[in-house]
Amino acid sequence: MIARRQEWIALSDALAIAAAVAGMAVGLVFAIGGKDPVINFHGWLFLAVSALASITLLMRAGEAQPGSVAADGGYADGVVRAATIATVFWGVVGFLVGDVIAWQLAFPALNFDLPWTNFGRLRPVHTSAVIFAFGGNALLATSFYVVQRTCRARLAGRWAPWFVFWGYQLFLALAATGYVFGVTQSKEYAEPEWYVDLWLTIVWVVYLLVFLGTLARRKEPHIYVANWFYLAFIVTVAMLHVVNNMAVPVSLLGSKSYVLFSGVQDAMTQWWYGHNAVGFFLTAGFLGMMYYFVPKRAERPVYSYRLSIVHFWSLIFLYIWAGPHHLHYTALPDWAQTLGMTFSVMLWMPSWGGMINGLMTLSGAWDKLRTDPVIRMMVVSVAFYGMSTFEGPLMSVKAVNSLSHYTDWTIGHVHSGALGWVGFVSFGAVYCLVPWLWGRRGLYSQKLVEWHFWTATIGILLYITAMWVSGILQGLMWRAYDQLGFLEYSFVETVAAMHPFYVIRAIGGLLFVAGSLLMAWNLWRTVRGDEPVDLRDQPAIAAAPWLRDPAGARALAAAE
Amino acid sequence: MKWASHHIFEKNSILLLVGILIVVAIGGVVEIAPLFWLSSTVEKVKGMRPYTPLELAGRDIYIREGCYLCHSQMVRSLRDEVERYGHYSLAAESMYDHPFQWGSKRTGPDLARVGGKYSDDWHVLHMENPRAVVPESVMPGYPFLSTRALDFRDIADRLKTLRVTGVPYSDEMIENARADLEAQVNPDADGVKALTTRYPKAQVRQFDGDPSYVSEMDALVAYLQMLGTLVDFASFDASGPNLR
Repeated sequence: MIARRQEWIALSDALAIAAAVAGMAVGLVFAIGGKDPVINFHGWLFLAVSALASITLLMRAGEAQPGSVAADGGYADGVVRAATIATVFWGVVGFLVGDVIAWQLAFPALNFDLPWTNFGRLRPVHTSAVIFAFGGNALLATSFYVVQRTCRARLAGRWAPWFVFWGYQLFLALAATGYVFGVTQSKEYAEPEWYVDLWLTIVWVVYLLVFLGTLARRKEPHIYVANWFYLAFIVTVAMLHVVNNMAVPVSLLGSKSYVLFSGVQDAMTQWWYGHNAVGFFLTAGFLGMMYYFVPKRAERPVYSYRLSIVHFWSLIFLYIWAGPHHLHYTALPDWAQTLGMTFSVMLWMPSWGGMINGLMTLSGAWDKLRTDPVIRMMVVSVAFYGMSTFEGPLMSVKAVNSLSHYTDWTIGHVHSGALGWVGFVSFGAVYCLVPWLWGRRGLYSQKLVEWHFWTATIGILLYITAMWVSGILQGLMWRAYDQLGFLEYSFVETVAAMHPFYVIRAIGGLLFVAGSLLMAWNLWRTVRGDEPVDLRDQPAIAAAPWLRDPAGARALAAAE
Repeated sequence: MKWASHHIFEKNSILLLVGILIVVAIGGVVEIAPLFWLSSTVEKVKGMRPYTPLELAGRDIYIREGCYLCHSQMVRSLRDEVERYGHYSLAAESMYDHPFQWGSKRTGPDLARVGGKYSDDWHVLHMENPRAVVPESVMPGYPFLSTRALDFRDIADRLKTLRVTGVPYSDEMIENARADLEAQVNPDADGVKALTTRYPKAQVRQFDGDPSYVSEMDALVAYLQMLGTLVDFASFDASGPNLR
């Protein structure tokens, strides 16, 4: 048995080293043979990361459980710790770039008239950093943590989880540097060019295999509801990514490609993808997070098993149809617009099914909202989820959309979902995870979590109220007629009217960034092992599992 | 309904996976697939042609700089939009757009029909310093476009690639891609006649006013000046066979 295990480890290590060396070769081909400077640079980057991977693998070959420590209790938590750090890092980066471009819209001189700093190139950096880097790492960290705990099984694969983590960071680096240097295929939230898309496809398939493999080796008879959502997120994103990014490269050694579809078909495919990046990346995955961390932190069971079944299947079925509401009154055929609107309105119900299931899990534990800012953050996030999933169907109604589309109302809507729902549920999960993963008795400071909560909440409110006013104002100005039947405002008058709201929005964003910096500082002190300043105020659940009961803590102290 | 029957999915990860795949595939199949074979999806119009090499190079710069993030190219069929921007956009007008540039936000105005609305000089000035011509504008400046030479070494390959995706570029167009690109900024060139035969309505002139080299500004202005100018709306009957 032991000999077989040794053989398996040796085989895994050899295959991993071979893959890393192959990566170096691929990197070298693009670095030397690439036809434009960006693909040369990306080749060198790929080569460097593959070389680092090869060296690490050579040094750590034969280790029993790479990246894990004894306290992990057999779980592969090293990769979860890495993804948690990456979540906080990319979160701060993504929010910061977002606030920079918000100030650019208020004060255009901040574009500096340079190619690398203009709004058009930085905006995809912001959206990708927040959705894919911050959100993606939060999903990697929590899905890997949750699937192990709810299956009572170690992650499948020896190096595969680490490949998913580092491969994904490499994807993010390739994407972000590409945007800054002007490499984009201009499909929103799918901007990376063909070779970066191919790389992500490989990483994503391995992610799916690691997740399925872990499910397959579970010791629990049932697959827990959080894992249904994570699985739906992983497979559906794979489907969306592959179909929406089909493209023909101009040269196999160049960065430029042309997407396969054109015009109306391409528009429909793009928003089928785009809306389900919201539906599956930013919703299904984060619902998985909610289904583990809310009941865990509240120490209450999920409110309704039946509701979770009904809302899971109806949510994933209905979401896919909602894309055409991004294309109302355009050249997309009416039948498709009507389908999109109808399904978007129906989507309200499963969305609120999820919200109710999350909120009602607090039954009997509502007092914790007063004492535990971490659970308050998650509950407010579910409330924001409910708010934005009501606002979404409303905006998908054609008559409303004729006003809201192309305006800041959409931007505000997205941010109530992204900052309020995705941001807060991730912050809550990270505040739970860090003491659990690093074996601490609690967070360094619960007081700082309170400050983070209030700073960020005020920031979000400033953001979305400013965007409601500016969006509706601009929509109304565009369609205003004077007494003689002429359009009342020139376009640029409506631009000038936006200025005060852009300033308010940027201030709101600044508060959100400030909150995330407080979080980073607090978590850094926690990871470092600083004695918590307000341990007595923190709930028992804040501590790592083996530190929760006094007997366990004593035993550990004695062992030390 | 027996809720326990759901256990079949909860106890078998592959069944759960297959179930999810089937459920999420339906919506996309119903909404996307018919657009490829319903002939009424894209109207039959007169005047649409593939982009000239220079226009295509300009379009690639438009994409590179992320212009689509603030400018739509889709006039909706609403009264105020038609009065502000012109005839509502037809699906046919973006049939050669890989990818589409309809956009999702109007921080700046719609550009679907911006062609011919302003002079070349205005565009150049506006791109170099937007607030010099529109004081309230929040657009970034793009002065570097005027000083950068356009890199069009692979322009023929770009046309060839687009032909793979279905744009009807002929062998002749691909062969002459470089010559056509250079001819479009030089009204005195020999190839102008051939260019305008291959690409009817192609506008030939010194777009950025500097004849010494083809700049990125030349290409971008050429692209902007042709937007929305191709379809012959005099022969388009919205209530006729094109009614959807």
